Amino acid sequence: MNISHEWLKTLVPHTRSADEVRDLLTAHVATVEGFEHTRAELASFVIARVMESEKIPDTKLSFNKVDDGSGTLLEVVCGAPNVTVGTMYPFARTGTTMPAGLVIEKRKIRGFTSNGMLCSARELGLGQDHDGILPIETAAAPGTPLLDVLPISDVRIVVDVLPNRPDLLSHRGVAREVSALTGVAMVEPADWTAAVAVPAPVVGDASATAGGVTVRLDDREGCPRYGAAIIRGVKVGPSPEWLVKRLEAIGSRSINNVVDATNYLLHGFGHPMHAFDLSKLEGSTIVVRRAAAGETLTTLDGTERKLTTGMLVIADAAHATAVAGVMGGRESEVTDATTDILLEVASFHAGLVRSGRRALGLSTDASYRFERGVDDAALPELLARGAAYIAEIAGGTVETKLLVGAAPAPRARVSFAPSRVARLLGDAVPADEVVALLTSIGFDVQGSGDALSVAAPTWRHDVSRDVDLVEEIARLRGYDRLPDTLTGARPGNVPDHPLHTVGRRVRDALVAAGLLEVRPLPFTTQRAESQARVLNPLAQDEAYLRLDLLDTLSRRAEYNLNRMQGNVRLFEVGTAFLAGSGAESVGGEEIRVAALLMGASRPPHFTEPKPPAFDAWDAKALATRVAQAAWPGATIEFAEAVRDGADQCLWTVAVDGSVRGHVSALTSLDAPNWASPAFGVELTLGAMPVAYVAPKGEHRYVSAATSGPAVAPVRYVPLPAMPAAEFDLALLVPTHIAAAAVEALIRNTAGELLESVVVFDEYRGKGLPEGTRSVGWRLTFRHPERTLRDKEIEGRRAMLLKTLEKELSVVPRSA
Amino acid sequence: MTLDEFKAACAALAADAPAQIAAVADLDAWTALRNALVGRASGRLTDIMATLPQLPKEDRREAGQAANAVKLEVEALLTARESGLSAAAKSGGDLDLTMPERRRWVGAAHPVSQVIDEITEIFRELGFTIALGPEAEHTWYNFQALNFPDDHPAMDLHDTLYLQGDLVLRTHTSPVQVRTLQQYAPPIRILAPGNVHRRDPFDASHAPTFAQVEGLVVDEGITFADLKATLTHFANRFFGSTRTRFRPSYFPFTEPSAEMDVLCGVCKGSGCSVCKNSGWVEILGSGMVHPAVIESAGLDSTKYTGWAFGLGPARTALARHGIPDIRILYDSDVRFLEQFAR
Ligand SMILES: [Zn+2]
Repeated sequence: MNISHEWLKTLVPHTRSADEVRDLLTAHVATVEGFEHTRAELASFVIARVMESEKIPDTKLSFNKVDDGSGTLLEVVCGAPNVTVGTMYPFARTGTTMPAGLVIEKRKIRGFTSNGMLCSARELGLGQDHDGILPIETAAAPGTPLLDVLPISDVRIVVDVLPNRPDLLSHRGVAREVSALTGVAMVEPADWTAAVAVPAPVVGDASATAGGVTVRLDDREGCPRYGAAIIRGVKVGPSPEWLVKRLEAIGSRSINNVVDATNYLLHGFGHPMHAFDLSKLEGSTIVVRRAAAGETLTTLDGTERKLTTGMLVIADAAHATAVAGVMGGRESEVTDATTDILLEVASFHAGLVRSGRRALGLSTDASYRFERGVDDAALPELLARGAAYIAEIAGGTVETKLLVGAAPAPRARVSFAPSRVARLLGDAVPADEVVALLTSIGFDVQGSGDALSVAAPTWRHDVSRDVDLVEEIARLRGYDRLPDTLTGARPGNVPDHPLHTVGRRVRDALVAAGLLEVRPLPFTTQRAESQARVLNPLAQDEAYLRLDLLDTLSRRAEYNLNRMQGNVRLFEVGTAFLAGSGAESVGGEEIRVAALLMGASRPPHFTEPKPPAFDAWDAKALATRVAQAAWPGATIEFAEAVRDGADQCLWTVAVDGSVRGHVSALTSLDAPNWASPAFGVELTLGAMPVAYVAPKGEHRYVSAATSGPAVAPVRYVPLPAMPAAEFDLALLVPTHIAAAAVEALIRNTAGELLESVVVFDEYRGKGLPEGTRSVGWRLTFRHPERTLRDKEIEGRRAMLLKTLEKELSVVPRSA
Repeated sequence: MTLDEFKAACAALAADAPAQIAAVADLDAWTALRNALVGRASGRLTDIMATLPQLPKEDRREAGQAANAVKLEVEALLTARESGLSAAAKSGGDLDLTMPERRRWVGAAHPVSQVIDEITEIFRELGFTIALGPEAEHTWYNFQALNFPDDHPAMDLHDTLYLQGDLVLRTHTSPVQVRTLQQYAPPIRILAPGNVHRRDPFDASHAPTFAQVEGLVVDEGITFADLKATLTHFANRFFGSTRTRFRPSYFPFTEPSAEMDVLCGVCKGSGCSVCKNSGWVEILGSGMVHPAVIESAGLDSTKYTGWAFGLGPARTALARHGIPDIRILYDSDVRFLEQFAR
C-alpha cells in the first residue's frame, strides 16, 4: 500500500517527520518496506532572482545576471520570452541533472557565457506549460532549495499490508493508527470544502426505485447491501491539480475527474467505488445477480471475457455490465461525453469476489480489498462522501441516493480478562492501560476490572479471540518494550528423530571421504507409470517427483561434465518419493543417501601424474563406509545383482539381512567420450511416513520413551599375546568360481585358529591354463596361548589344498 | 683410570659425535661411523667400557650410567641421520622440500547445511531436539491445522504445488509443529529443519525448493518474553553480538506474530543497499503459538502456551558468502562446492 505523507497529514494533522512515521508504523503497525521522496529529481534545484537582463540582438535570447545566493552574480543565457528583472525562477546550476537526463554545463552561446539554466514548468516535469520560465512568488532568499519553496514534494511510504489487516489499505486506515500512536485526533481532509448538498438515501430491502433508477438485489448472499448515487449534469474533464498530485504521490495516474475521484476515495477511505455512465445502463436499472450461462462482458481493459455461471455480476436490465467487485465493463465506462453518473458503493461477498477474479485471472485494487474485507458498516457514509466529492470535482447535482439491503450484523463481543495479558506476554499491563490502548484504535470496551467485553471496530476482521486482543496491546505498547529475560526451561519430551541422527552420521562420513554435498531440486521427468506428479508444475518438463536420488545426482554430474568438470564426487541425503497407486499419488517417502563417483580417485601429484579413476571397488568401499556409518556394528553384505533399468546394477547392499540399496555403474549418464565411467551408491536410511499421526484435532501420546543409546557399544577384544603364523595360498581359480566361494571354503576348513583371510592379489592372462585366473590369499593363524609350530601350519596348508581341489577343483598355481 | 678420567672420555665422545654424524654422506659411511663410535667389536664407546673394571668398585655404577647416557645420545643421532639418508636415497638423491604435498580430494557439507548445523548447534545447547516430517503433506497439516482460513488471501502468501488426492508439497516446515504436538506431550522444545516447496519461478532470489528451520516450544507458562529472550540469544550467538528488533507481523498460526530483524552487518544500522536503507536485516518470522494450533493437536490451549519461529538458512548462506544468485546453490558445480570445505 502506497501512502502519501502529505495526504496522511490531511487526515491526521501530526507534526512528525516522514522518517518518524515510517519508524512508528514499522514498530507498531505494519512494516514499511519502501520509502521514497517524490520529486527527488528536483532536490538539487534552487531558486534564483534575475538582477539584470538584456536582449541578445537578432535572437530570441536574453543575457541575464542572476543571483543564486552564492554571493556572485552568474551570467546566464535564457531563451524564454518572459524573463523579468526582479523575479524569482527555478534555477539549475552547472552540474545539475535535468529530469529528462540532460546535465547542465557551462557553455558559450552566441559569444555569451551561460552558467546554468532558468527553468520552465515543463522542463521540471511539473506540467505542460512551456510558455516561459516559471515565476515563483516567495519570500525565501535566492539559493533556497526549490522543494522548500514549492509545495510539490512528498514522501511515498510503502507499507507491507498483510492479509489480516485490509483496514490498512487506505490513508484513513493508516491515519487511525498514527492518530492512536501520536495522540493527534483525526480530522476531515482539508482538500474538501464539503459544500455539496447530498440528499438522504431512499432505502429498500431487496430493491428500490427513485429518480428514475431501480436497484435490485437478486443475490442477497453475494451482495448484502448496495448503495447507488445518481449525479446528473457532470462535466467530465481533467482533475484539479491537488487531486492529480495526490494520485501521483501514490504512483497512480490521473485519468479524468470522475475516475480520479473514485480512486481518491478508494485509496483515501478504503472502499472500492465504481462510476457507471447512467445513460448506458439499459432501463436505468442495476441488478446484482449471478452471470447467466454463455454471458460475456468486455471489461474496462478491452478484453472480452466469458463469464461463468457462478460469477457475481452487476447487470442492467439486459446484460452484465461489471464483474462485481473486480472490474467494470467498457460499455458503461465513464467517457468525456458522460453527463449522468451512477456511483456504486456496495458490499460484496469476499469469497465470490475471490473466485470471480481467479476465474478471470484478474486482480484489481477493488478485488484486492473486497477479498480481504472492507468496512461494510461505513457504506452509507462513503456513499454520501463519494457523491459529494464527484459533484464537487466534476460538477453536477447529487439527485438521488438509493440504499438497498441490510446493514451488517453487529460485531460479536469477545470476553477479555486483562490479567490474561501477562500469561502470554510475560508482563502485566494495568487494566486501565489495556482499555485505553484498545479504545485508541476504535475498539468498544465495556465492563470493568478483569471482566471486559470487547467489540472490534467494523473495519477489523481479524479479531475473534482474546489472543487477538493481546496482540493489539503488545503491538501498541511496542514489542521492544516487552520483557526478554531468558529463564530456565524443562527438558523436552521429544527424542531426536532417528533419521536426523543417522543422516548426520552419514553426511559426516561422506564429507570425511572427500565427497561434496548437494541440495538440488527434487523434480524430474516421468520415469515410471505411477510416479508422483505435481498437478500445477512451473515447468512442464520437470513435473514429477523423483523416485530415487541417483536420478538427481546423475543430472548434476551431467551439469558438471557440460562445464568440463570430469572429477565429480557428489552426495545427497534427501527424500525419495515412492510411486503410489490410486488417488494418492505419493506411495510414501524415504530418506535416502546417494553418492556419485566419477573421474580421478585423487588429485594428481608429481609422484603420480595420472591417478587411477574411480572404479567399482571404490564405489563398493564407499557403500560399505556409508552403511557402517548409518548402521554401526551391523552385518553388511553385497550380493551380485542384475537390475532392470538404464543403469547397470553391480551389487545390492544388505544390512543385517535386509536389502537397503545398491551400487551401480551409471551407464545411462549422458557423458562425453573423455569422461570416466561413473558409479553410484544409493541406500535407504528409513521411511518418512506421510500418514496422519492421529485423527484431526486429536492427540496420541503414550509415554515418554526413555531410549538408551541407539547403537550397541563396541565390545573390547583383548590384544593378542602370542605371535601369529602366516602363509599365502596362490590358487588357480576357474573363472566360473567366485572368489567369495573359495574364501568361504577356506574359512570353513582352516579351523578355529584362523584369524584372517585376505585377498592380496589377482592375476589373469599369460602363463595360466585357459579359463582360470590366479588369486592370492594370505591366511593368518594364531593360538591364544602358545606359539604355533611349523608342523601345525604345514598340516593346515596341506589339508586346505586337498579340500579346495576336491570341492572346487581349485589347485595351487605352482602345481 | 679414575672416575673423572672415565667421565672425560665419555664427554669427549659425546662432543665429537654430532659433527661426525652430520658429516656422513651416505649409508655406507654411516655404517662405518656407527661401528667406529658404538660398534660392539671396536667402537670408541666399547673401548671406554672396557676400562670399567679398572675403576674402584664404588665408582663403577656412576661410570656405567655416564657411559649409558652417552650411548643413548649418540644412537639417537645415528638413527635420525639414517632415516634422512635413506629418504634421500629413495628419492634419488636430493629431496626438494619445496615440492607439493600429496593431496586427497576434500569433502564439504553444502553451505546451506552448514548454516543449518550452526543453528542446530545453538538451539541444542538450549535443550532443543530435532523433529522431522514428510515433504508431501496433507492439506490439513499444511493449512487448516495451522489456522489458515479456508479460501482466504492468507493462502496467497503460499503459492502451493499440489499433488493428487489430499496432498500438497509442504509450503513450510510448520506442519511438523502439529505432527509433533499430536505425538508428544509438552514440554516440547524442537527444531524441525527440512525442505519446503513453493510455486515460485526459479530466479536469482527464488527457488521452488528451499530449506527452512522451524522451532517450537510448548509448555505451561511459556510467554512472549521467552520468545524474545531465546531468539535474541540465538541472534547474538549466530551473528556475533548484535542488536535485534521485533516488529508486528502476521502468520495464521501465531498470535501475536513478530518478525525479528538484526542490525545490518554491512552498515551497522546507518542504511545501505543490503538492508534497503533500513539499517536492519530480516532474519525470521515468529510468534506465540495460536491456541487454535494447540487445539488442532487435541491439547488444552488454556493449559499450554508456546512460541514458534521459522527461518530460511539459504538467505543467510547467500549473505555470509557473498553469493549473488540462489541458483548457484542448486547447480552443484564441484568447483563451487569445494570452496566450502573446512
Ligand atoms: Zn545496511
